[in-house]
Amino acid sequence: MSKPNPTTNYRYTKDHEWAKDNADGTAMIGITDHAQEMLTDIVYVELPEMGRKIKQGERVAVVESVKSVSDVYAPVSGEVIAVNEDLLNHPEYVNQDAFEKGWIAKIKVSDSGEFSKLMDANAYNTLIKE
Amino acid sequence: MKQTPLYNKHVALGATIVDFGGWAMPVQYTNLIEEHHTTREKAGLFDICHMGEIEVQGKDALKLLQYVMSRDLSQEKIGQLMLAVITNEQGGIIDDLTIYKRAEDRYLVVTNACPKDKDLNHLKKAKEILNLSNVIITDLSDQMGKLDLQGPKSQAILQKFSADDLSQIKFYHFIETQLFDHDAIISRSGYTGEDGFEIYMNVQYMPKLWDELLEIGAPFGLKPIGLGARDTLRLEAGYMLNGNEMDETTSPLEVVYSWVTNLDKNFIGSEAIRKQKQEGLKRKLVGFEMLERGIARHGYKVFKNGREIGIVTSGTLSPTLNKAIGMAFVPIDVAKPDTEIEIQIRNITAKAKIIKLPFYKKKF
Repeated sequence: MSKPNPTTNYRYTKDHEWAKDNADGTAMIGITDHAQEMLTDIVYVELPEMGRKIKQGERVAVVESVKSVSDVYAPVSGEVIAVNEDLLNHPEYVNQDAFEKGWIAKIKVSDSGEFSKLMDANAYNTLIKE
Repeated sequence: MKQTPLYNKHVALGATIVDFGGWAMPVQYTNLIEEHHTTREKAGLFDICHMGEIEVQGKDALKLLQYVMSRDLSQEKIGQLMLAVITNEQGGIIDDLTIYKRAEDRYLVVTNACPKDKDLNHLKKAKEILNLSNVIITDLSDQMGKLDLQGPKSQAILQKFSADDLSQIKFYHFIETQLFDHDAIISRSGYTGEDGFEIYMNVQYMPKLWDELLEIGAPFGLKPIGLGARDTLRLEAGYMLNGNEMDETTSPLEVVYSWVTNLDKNFIGSEAIRKQKQEGLKRKLVGFEMLERGIARHGYKVFKNGREIGIVTSGTLSPTLNKAIGMAFVPIDVAKPDTEIEIQIRNITAKAKIIKLPFYKKKF
């Protein structure tokens, strides 16, 4: 069973990424619990380069299961200021805890208005139930 | 999409279903990596009803097969199966298949699912060329079903079920017997690199065979296994997959199939293959493992010193070895084990090393 999607500060994309507004001009990003469940065993995560500037909707990372390769698109625009290097040796963190331990990158957000274009937990829950 | 007689069982088990060459097949039931380990450590049951079965019967059955198959089948004994390839006139591989000798004048040819009709047409064409009117070629694919039981516990499980002493069946041999009073063929063979059996019965008994094997096998740890783990198991064992490692432009000499290609006899394609051999091969299929981060996949480009030299045919993370492995075509002069190559993975190139196949070999 999927874990509940966090409500406070979390926003979602239709491609199953999340962005957590840290309320200090930065955001954590990752893939949702629903996404990791569909991908099953994640065995490899390709992280973005530090300092890279990304636009909302651009490929920012790649997650791979044994069978599949999936692009992760940036939920918000900005600059990559930290990456979760733990995932290099422990890609399974994404399976175990997609919303916290499985974060992929920290972004210095260039347009905080983009958050409002993303789905809240209610809207996302409706999407994945369809 | 076509469905096997077990389709509803796969759905009921919660399998993820994918389109495999026009067939709705289970890619995994619970978890690919677990299914992989279950097969290596205990036993796994695979629905292989999508594969083709063609009977070749008649006084000149061998003569026909000798003209179609790359392998010299003249020494094959009743109760034995042999691996061979069928090639087109240019020497390109149409299919790799197994040939079961059931009687002096009766053979069962087991084909891959997608090229089955091509195989059938090829056999019919050869029959015309040789004018062998006494040979009857029958497509049994809709009547015959097949389950693969693979893994170290396979014999113990099937023995609970069979009156025959299964320990007497040698590797790449088979018996014609009965299971629950109905005809069955059981061969000691498979596509996983483990001990195990391929079991053929009429399709109407497939649901019963499936249910009973899973029930009897449960105490041994037997589980249903999807095509996802079938692919990682075969790749570790160094087995090729038609469509990945071979297509109709691939010579059997370039891949692992030179040992099943006998150029002392004539078969459709043999002339072209002899010519390839005289002229010298340009490329070869090799195994590799990644030395740097990343997983190579089908279609990724291979480089050496910055120059593009080849292509990846299969690649995955090996659950047994916990390494990224794969197979690729590279020029002959690069094909030596331990040679370093680079593989382009999206924006980066990652180092890999050529290694001798197979990646995994069971110690019996």
